[in-house]
Amino acid sequence: MTSDTNANPLRSHIQPTTSAISWANRWDHFLARWGVNRSGHRVEPGLYALSNPTPDSLVFVTANYTLSFDALRSALAGMDGYIMVLDTQGINVWCAAGEGTFGTDELAHRIEATALHDVVNHRVLILPQLGAPGVAAHEVKKRSGFKVEYGPVRAADLPEYLKTRIATPEMRRVRFALRDRLILIPVELVHVLLPMLIAAVVVFFVGGLWASAAVVAAILAGVVLFPILLPWLPTRDFSSKGFILGEVVALPFALAVLLGNPDATRWRQIGGTLTYLLALPPVTAFLALNFTGSTSFTSRSGVRCEIFTYIPIMAWMFGIGIALTIVLSLI
Amino acid sequence: MFNAYVVNTLQYNPELCIGCEMCSLVCPHAVFAMNERVAQLVRPEACMECGACQLNCPTDAIMVDSGVGCASAMIYAALTGKKEATCGSSETEPSCCSSYR
Repeated sequence: MTSDTNANPLRSHIQPTTSAISWANRWDHFLARWGVNRSGHRVEPGLYALSNPTPDSLVFVTANYTLSFDALRSALAGMDGYIMVLDTQGINVWCAAGEGTFGTDELAHRIEATALHDVVNHRVLILPQLGAPGVAAHEVKKRSGFKVEYGPVRAADLPEYLKTRIATPEMRRVRFALRDRLILIPVELVHVLLPMLIAAVVVFFVGGLWASAAVVAAILAGVVLFPILLPWLPTRDFSSKGFILGEVVALPFALAVLLGNPDATRWRQIGGTLTYLLALPPVTAFLALNFTGSTSFTSRSGVRCEIFTYIPIMAWMFGIGIALTIVLSLI
Repeated sequence: MFNAYVVNTLQYNPELCIGCEMCSLVCPHAVFAMNERVAQLVRPEACMECGACQLNCPTDAIMVDSGVGCASAMIYAALTGKKEATCGSSETEPSCCSSYR
C-alpha cells in the first residue's frame, strides 16, 4: 500500500520521517554530547511514519530526545514502520524509564492520543529493553490491548533482532565499552570546567604554578582519565579506584616538591610532599564516585554504601591536607 | 574489601513464578535465567536495582528497592534533607552499610 498517509483524516497527525541523519542532526548530537542546552534536544512527541508504512507495519517506541530518536530511525534504514515518540522531556530512554516518564502511563496515553488502534491492524509495540524500568508490559496490555515486546538494548541491533524477533543474550546486556565511556567525557569536562578554573586561579596565587598544575591534574584525572581507565583500575569501588588513580597522579607532583627543594629543611620537604598526597587524591576520588551516575551497572545500595564509607575519608584527607598547607605557609 | 556492590535489595520468590520469562528478557545484566519452567536467580550480585524485573513481573514474585545509583543526586539529597530527585517511591534511610564488609 503506497497511498498517501495524509489522505486519511485519522492519520493527518502522523508526521513523516526518514532514516537519513543530516549534518544538522550531527551538529545537534555534538552539542548534546557537550552538554549545550541540555534539555533542548527534543523531538515533538507523537506518531511518525518512517518511509511508507502500511497498517501492518511495526510500531517502535522511543523517547523524545534527539539522540534516542535518531539512533532508532537510522537503525531502521531501508524499512517502513511507525515510530511512536513518548514525551520524556528531552531525556533518553534509560534515564526517563528510571524517572518513570518513559512509563506505562505515558505509553497508554500516547497510544490513545495518536489513535494507534485505527492506524495499525496489529496490536504489538516494540520497545527498547532499557525502557523496561518504567513500563509494566502486562499493565500496558491490560489498559490498551497492545502487547509490549522488548527489543534489544541498542537500536543498532534492531535489524538483526527483527529477522527472528528474538534477542541474543549479547543484545540483552548493557555494555560500557571504551567508546561508551569516551563519549561521556565532554559532558563531565563541561561540568567541572568553571570550578576547576576557579580552583586553579586561587591555588596559583596561594601556592604558585606547580600547585595550580597539580590541582588541574587531579581534577582532569577524575573526569578524563578515570572514565577511560575504569575497568583496569584495581578494586571494585569507584572511590577506591579514584583514590588509587589520584595517588598515582599526585605522586610526580609530590616527588618534585620532595626532591626539588634541596635547600629547604627536611620536615618542610616532607610536609610539602604530604600536602599533595593528602589533599589531591580525595578530589579525584570524589569525581570518580560521581561517575557512578553515568554508568549502567552501579546499584543504589552500592553507591549509598560507597558514600557512607568513603566520603568521611575524603573529607578528612582533604581537610588535613589543606590544614597542613596553611600551617606550612605560616611558619 | 573495596566492594560495596556485593549487597543489594533484590529478592525473588520462585514459588510465585509462572515462567513468563519477562524478568530474564528485561534484565540488562543477566541476573535471571530460565530453568525449564521457572526463572532462576543466577547473578544476584550483578543487580543494579533498576527495577525492570519487578515492574514487569505479573505475579509480584520479585521485590527490589529500585532507584538510580547516582552519587551526586544522593549526596545532594543527604545534604539538603530532601528525597533523591531521581527515585520514585522508596524513602532514603542512611543505614545501608550494616551488612557491608
